[in-house]
Amino acid sequence: MIELRGLSRTFMLGDQVVHALDDINLSLNAGEYLSVMGPSGSGKSTLLNVLGLLDVPDSGQYILEGTDTTLLKESARAQYRQTHIGFVFQSYHLVGRLNARENIELPLVLAGMAPALRRKKVDTILEQLGLTPRADHLPNQLSGGQRQRVAIGRSMIMQPRLLLADEPTGNLDTQSGNDVVNILEQLNQQGITLLIVTHDNTLGQRASRRIRMVDGRIVSDECAAAGRS
Amino acid sequence: MRTTDLLRFNLQLILRHRFRSLMILLALAIGVAAVNLLTGLGEGAKAYVLSQFSLLGNQTLIMLPGKKETSGGMPPLTGEAPRDITLDDADAISRLPGVSAVAPMLVGMAEVRFNARQREVVVAGTNSDYFRIRQLQTQQGQILPQLNLDTASPVAVIGSTLKRELFGNSPALGQWLKAGDRRFRVIGILDSKGQAMGMDMNDLMLIPVASAQVLFNQPGLFRVFIESQSSEAIPDIKQRIEQLMQRRHDGVADITLVSQDAILSTFAAILSTLNLAVSGIAAISLLVAGILIMNVTLISVSQRTAEIGLLKALGASNRDIQQLFLSEALLMALLGAICGMLLSELSLLAMRLHFSYLAFYTPWWARLLAFTVAVLTAMLFAWGPSRRAARLSPISALQSRQN
Repeated sequence: MIELRGLSRTFMLGDQVVHALDDINLSLNAGEYLSVMGPSGSGKSTLLNVLGLLDVPDSGQYILEGTDTTLLKESARAQYRQTHIGFVFQSYHLVGRLNARENIELPLVLAGMAPALRRKKVDTILEQLGLTPRADHLPNQLSGGQRQRVAIGRSMIMQPRLLLADEPTGNLDTQSGNDVVNILEQLNQQGITLLIVTHDNTLGQRASRRIRMVDGRIVSDECAAAGRS
Repeated sequence: MRTTDLLRFNLQLILRHRFRSLMILLALAIGVAAVNLLTGLGEGAKAYVLSQFSLLGNQTLIMLPGKKETSGGMPPLTGEAPRDITLDDADAISRLPGVSAVAPMLVGMAEVRFNARQREVVVAGTNSDYFRIRQLQTQQGQILPQLNLDTASPVAVIGSTLKRELFGNSPALGQWLKAGDRRFRVIGILDSKGQAMGMDMNDLMLIPVASAQVLFNQPGLFRVFIESQSSEAIPDIKQRIEQLMQRRHDGVADITLVSQDAILSTFAAILSTLNLAVSGIAAISLLVAGILIMNVTLISVSQRTAEIGLLKALGASNRDIQQLFLSEALLMALLGAICGMLLSELSLLAMRLHFSYLAFYTPWWARLLAFTVAVLTAMLFAWGPSRRAARLSPISALQSRQN
């Protein structure tokens, strides 16, 4: 499903060149559960951004379902983000003036779907995430775990093939963090490709495939079928 | 995005930032209202001035003593002429073919007394034709009698204000008043007509022209009103009068003939230019509103940076983002322009109710102009900031603090 070939991305930090991604080669199959770990500045967030088509590599190829995305224009990349990729952020990134329902609905609104169709889809997702009684609440009336569940609802409403989560439990207590990870893993079991970037070792160990990055390079890539609890 | 969704999205934004939205709406509304009001007032004033002159009718010429020289300057509306226009001149003109009526006029100020009351008013010596040319009617009594121009008669027609001031509610017809050292019997009272060509038709006394010559001890006429049988004949008659007067005045062309068209077109041109200048000045306030919109859009972009990043991650293209911010500005502009329109129309309506003789209407071109300029400035000034928003890198936008 995903094929990265010789991918590089450099930034200028003052007059110093930083290799955030240094000749990354990686292939991912559909339905995989992957965690990316590593110290700060190891390039794991840049990898996530490139995979999410938010950032463009300086060199190398990123092939997503047979398409070389490095050749795509900005509007085509936006189209791919809309239909293929879901994002879950550490700080949720909910729109403060919209209630839970409207936040989840936002991708459908951007895609221009008819209101009647949208309603049904959002209702299903709210039900699935146990958020139905909270549908009319604004984000600042929700707990952290509920906010992240809304964000997950928003990321899966377009039924993407790839879900990218950047420290999804970073701002949550253990209990709600566990809930959120369980939901993500359920989605993975339903066939979605899940990639989690994290500092948290216990969270990282839950993934069936674990990548460790240092200084923009992949230093270990291990598959473990017995990683589950 | 669907249009209805876009509208709802923007309305939510506008409602959320009530104070900010209100300021923009106010600025735009004031700009649009200023353009509309000023042009409305200007047009009203113009219509008023023009109506004053069109009372003359387009079949009438006015002859003034003196000649406007090619060296320029004002025509001698009141000035001294080398040679007076006499009653004989007026008589000669009335015999020209195509001339249907001639009304000489001799004007002066006189103290008019009745018993103990007295009032300083304009006394105009003229004849019965004047009533016909100026379409004057009496509310009581009759107009000046038809006499030979050189026949004096101690009769007077007075305006309604003068009647009220001198006689109060008691009857005036048949009473004798004193003007200067002469006595006149009131034979008629004019209908209320208001101002016309600078003369208050309610506060004057009309007497036969020969009587006025004696009263003011002045043979020369102030002006002569000449009515032609048709408006097409005016140029011909003008020429004939000029030739006649030149012959009678020993070959010197020392009179000025003014037609309504000439006066009207001059005034119309002056007033239109003035109007345009005033609405141009008002349009500057729209420019100010535009700059305000630019600032507010810039603030909006920087406040919503995280949201822009999110929308991009959710699949919004640069074009979508730009459209989002432009449509927000457009919505504001439309709302502001509509508020401004309502404001100015209501003010003009109030003014029309208050000054019933002035027709204050904003011409359609001014409305269109104000509306278009408001919307265009909003678009123009929101373009830069919205472009900036569209070009934000999604990664750094997502990393910025949420509002």
